[in-house]
Amino acid sequence: MQKLNKSGLSNVLRRNILKGMMALPAAMLVSQLSLAAAMSTADVNTTGLAVTDDTVKVGILHSITGTMAISETGSVQAEMLAIEQINAMGGVLGRQIEYVQEDGASDWPTFAEKSKKLLVKDKAAAVFGCWTSASRKAVLPVFEQYNGMLYYPTFYEGLEQSPNVIYTGQEATQQIIAGIDWVTKTKDAKSFFLLGSDYIWPRTSNKIARKHIDKLGLKVVGEEYYPLGHTSFNSVINKIKLKKPDVIYAIVVGGSNVAFYKQLKAAGIDMTKEKPLVLTISVTEDEILGIGGENMQGAYAAMKYFQSLTNTNNQEFVAAFKKRWGDDIVIGDVTQAAYLGPWLWKAAVEKAGSFDIDKVRAASPNLELTTAPEGYVKVHENHHLWSKTRIGHALPNGQYEVVYETEDLIEPNPFPKGYQ
Amino acid sequence: MSSQISAAPAQNSSPVDWWKYLLLAVILLVVLPLALDIFRLNLIGKYLTYAFVAIGLVLCWGCGGILSLGQGVFFGLGGYCMAMFLKLEASNPEATAIQSTPGIPDFMDWNQLTELPWFWQPFHSLSFTLLAVIAVPVIFAFIIGVAMFTRRVGGVYFAIITQAIAAILTILIIGQQGYTGGVNGITDLRTFVGWDIRTESAQYLLYFVNVALLFACLFAALYIKRCKLGRLLVAMREKEDRVRFSGYNVASFKIFVFCIGAAFAAIGGAMFTLQVGFMSPSFVGIVPSIEMVIFCAVGGRLSLLGAVYGTLLVNLAKTSFSESFPELWLFAMGALFIGVVLAFPDGLAGLYQTYIQPWFKHFINREKVGLTPPAPIPEKTTTPAKEPVASSLSSSLEESRNVPA
Repeated sequence: MQKLNKSGLSNVLRRNILKGMMALPAAMLVSQLSLAAAMSTADVNTTGLAVTDDTVKVGILHSITGTMAISETGSVQAEMLAIEQINAMGGVLGRQIEYVQEDGASDWPTFAEKSKKLLVKDKAAAVFGCWTSASRKAVLPVFEQYNGMLYYPTFYEGLEQSPNVIYTGQEATQQIIAGIDWVTKTKDAKSFFLLGSDYIWPRTSNKIARKHIDKLGLKVVGEEYYPLGHTSFNSVINKIKLKKPDVIYAIVVGGSNVAFYKQLKAAGIDMTKEKPLVLTISVTEDEILGIGGENMQGAYAAMKYFQSLTNTNNQEFVAAFKKRWGDDIVIGDVTQAAYLGPWLWKAAVEKAGSFDIDKVRAASPNLELTTAPEGYVKVHENHHLWSKTRIGHALPNGQYEVVYETEDLIEPNPFPKGYQ
Repeated sequence: MSSQISAAPAQNSSPVDWWKYLLLAVILLVVLPLALDIFRLNLIGKYLTYAFVAIGLVLCWGCGGILSLGQGVFFGLGGYCMAMFLKLEASNPEATAIQSTPGIPDFMDWNQLTELPWFWQPFHSLSFTLLAVIAVPVIFAFIIGVAMFTRRVGGVYFAIITQAIAAILTILIIGQQGYTGGVNGITDLRTFVGWDIRTESAQYLLYFVNVALLFACLFAALYIKRCKLGRLLVAMREKEDRVRFSGYNVASFKIFVFCIGAAFAAIGGAMFTLQVGFMSPSFVGIVPSIEMVIFCAVGGRLSLLGAVYGTLLVNLAKTSFSESFPELWLFAMGALFIGVVLAFPDGLAGLYQTYIQPWFKHFINREKVGLTPPAPIPEKTTTPAKEPVASSLSSSLEESRNVPA
C-alpha cells in the first residue's frame, strides 16, 4: 500500500530483513512474518511500550460524546479504517495493531486525563486523536512529559511545533496564502471582509490573511468575530451589504455555520453570482451535511483535500471508506488527514525498525507517503506535512468540485515571519 | 425523606462520630496511596478538589437551603488565580524567546498583546496569589450575596441567577482570550516557585496537601454546622420568616454561608490547577456547576462526609464507565443518577442512616433494637437530659413543614 523512503531504512532493519529473507526464500508472501520473527520484541521496544511478539497497542482519543462528536466521528472512522487496512496487510513490523479507544467527551480536562491514561496505563505506542486546538493544548504537556507520540489531524492555527506531535492537517499559512492568491488572480478580488468564530484558530488565520492582503496592496473592509455557537448573523450580513466587499472570507465553525449560510441566502446574497464571493477555510463536506448543499452552493473553500479528488489513491480510499462505514457517508478534509496518521506512523516505525518514540520521532522527518488520498505528502522537519492547497467550488449535492490546485507542495511554516 | 430532615437538627446536638472522620482519613491517607499507583492517585486528588465544592454545598444547600447552581464560578476563579501565577512563572523570557514579545504568556502573544495587562501584574507575587485565591471568589460571592439576599431573592430565583452568572463568566473568559486564554484556558503550567509540579513526588505531595486542606474544610464546615449558626441555617431553610421575626438578620447569615461555600470552592479550584496542570473555562460554566450539585446530592446533601464519598463515587464511576464503554458511558451515568434519586433520595448518607446504621446499632446493643426504628440514635447511648431541647426544636420544625406553604 505505501512505499517508503527505502534509502532511509536503518541498518538494523536491513540486516533483519536480510536475515529473514535467508531463512525464508519465498519472502514475498511471508516477509511480514519473517520480519516479526527476526525482530524480537526486546529489540523493537526498549522503553516498555505495549508491544508483544504479535501485537502493538495504540490509542484513539476523540470526542464521541458532546458537541464535538459530530465533527470528530469522521476522524475516528478514518483511523479505524487505516488500522484495519494495515492489520490486513500484516500489521507493523509483523505486529497487529490493537487500539484502545477513549472518549474525550468534548471536554478539555477529560482529554488530558484520558491521554495520560493512554500513555501511563496502556503504554500506547502512538495516539491518534484530538480535534480542537483546546483539546490539543490540554494534552500537549502530557505527551511531552510522558514522551508519547500524537498524530493530530485538524487544520489549525500553527504557532506550535512539538517534538511529540505529528500534525497531519495544514497549519494556517498552507490554507490561507494560496487561497487568497488564487482569488485575487482569477477572480480579480480587491476587497475582503474577514469573519470568524471567536477563538484562536479563526483569529490567527485572519491575522495571517490580513497581513497577506496588505502585502498584496489590497483592502480589508471589515473584520468581525462571533462566539462559538452564535446563530444570529443578520447584523454582520447588513454590514457586508453596506461595505460591498469582493470577498467574504469566512472562518465560522461548528453549528454557527448552519445559521450563517442560511441567513446569508435569506438576506439575498446569492453565492453563485460571486458578488460577493464567499471563500471559506472551515466548511468541509462534513459541515455541508448540516448546512445543506443548496445553501452552500457557489461558495469556494480552500483545503488540501476534497472527496471529489479523482486520483486513484482517493478513489480506492473513498470506496473502502464507504464499504466500511456506509454509502451515504461523506469525507472531509480532516477525515482524510486523520487517515494519514496510522499510515505515517507505520512508515516511521518501519523506517526506524523500532516502536521507541525517540526513534520514531527521528525517522519521521522527510518520510514520504505516495498512497495518501490527497496525493503525495512528505513530513517536514517541523513535524507538519508538505501538501497542496486546492480550491473547491460547492455544488448543490454537498460536494466540492476542484477548480484549482497548487502546482507544488506547499511548505508548512507554523511560525510565519512577518505574519505575527 | 421527612424522617431524614427532621433527624438533622437532632443530629446537631449529638456527639460527633469521630470514627467516621478517622475512617475517611485512613482511606484517603493510607489505603488509597498504598493501593493505587500515582496516575490513579492523581485522579483521586482531582476528584477530591470537587469535594471542596460539595462540602460548601452541604452548608449552603443542605443546611441553609440556598441552592447555588453557580459554584463553578468560585471554583474557576480560585483555579484561575492560581493558574495566572503558575503561567507567569512558566512564561519567563528564556522559555518564551520565540515569541514576538518574550516574557508574556504565549496566548497573549498569539492575540497580539505586547505587554502584560495590569491585572496580571500582581500575580507575580506568591503571597498576593494565595490571598487572591480566597479573596477574589469570596468578594465576588459577597457582592452577589448582598445584592440577592438583602433583596430577599431566594429559592429558584437565586438558583437561576447563579446559573446566569456562571454563563456570563464563561462567555467573558472565552471572549477575552487575549487576557484569559479563551476557550483553551491557561495551559502548560510547569512549576510552583521553582518546584516542578509534574513529577511523581510532587504529585504525591500535592495529594497529601489536598487531603489535609480537605479535612481543614471538613472540620470548619462541621464546626459551622454544629454551632448555633448551623441551627439557624436549618431554621432558615425550614421557615425563613419565623427566624426573621425572631429578630435575626437572615440576609447576613445567608451571605456568610454563601461566602464560606465560595471560599471552599476556591481552595478546591486552586488545588485542581496545581494537580492537573491547567485551568479552562469548562469548569466555570453551567454544566460543571450542576455536576457539582449532583455530587453533593448523590452523597446526601445533609452530610459532609457523604459529600466527599458522593464526589468520589460519581467521578470514579464516570472514569471507569468511560474507559470501559466509551460509546455508552453517558447512559450508564444517567442510569446511576436516576437510580440514586429513585432508590435513595438522601444519597449515600441516607442509605447509610436507613440501612447500615440500624444494623450497626443492632450489633452493638442488641437489647435496644425493636424499640427504635430507623431514626438515628446518638452513638454514645442515653443522654436523656439533652434530648428534650433537640426534639422540641425538631418537632416544631416537623410541624412547620406540615403547614402548606
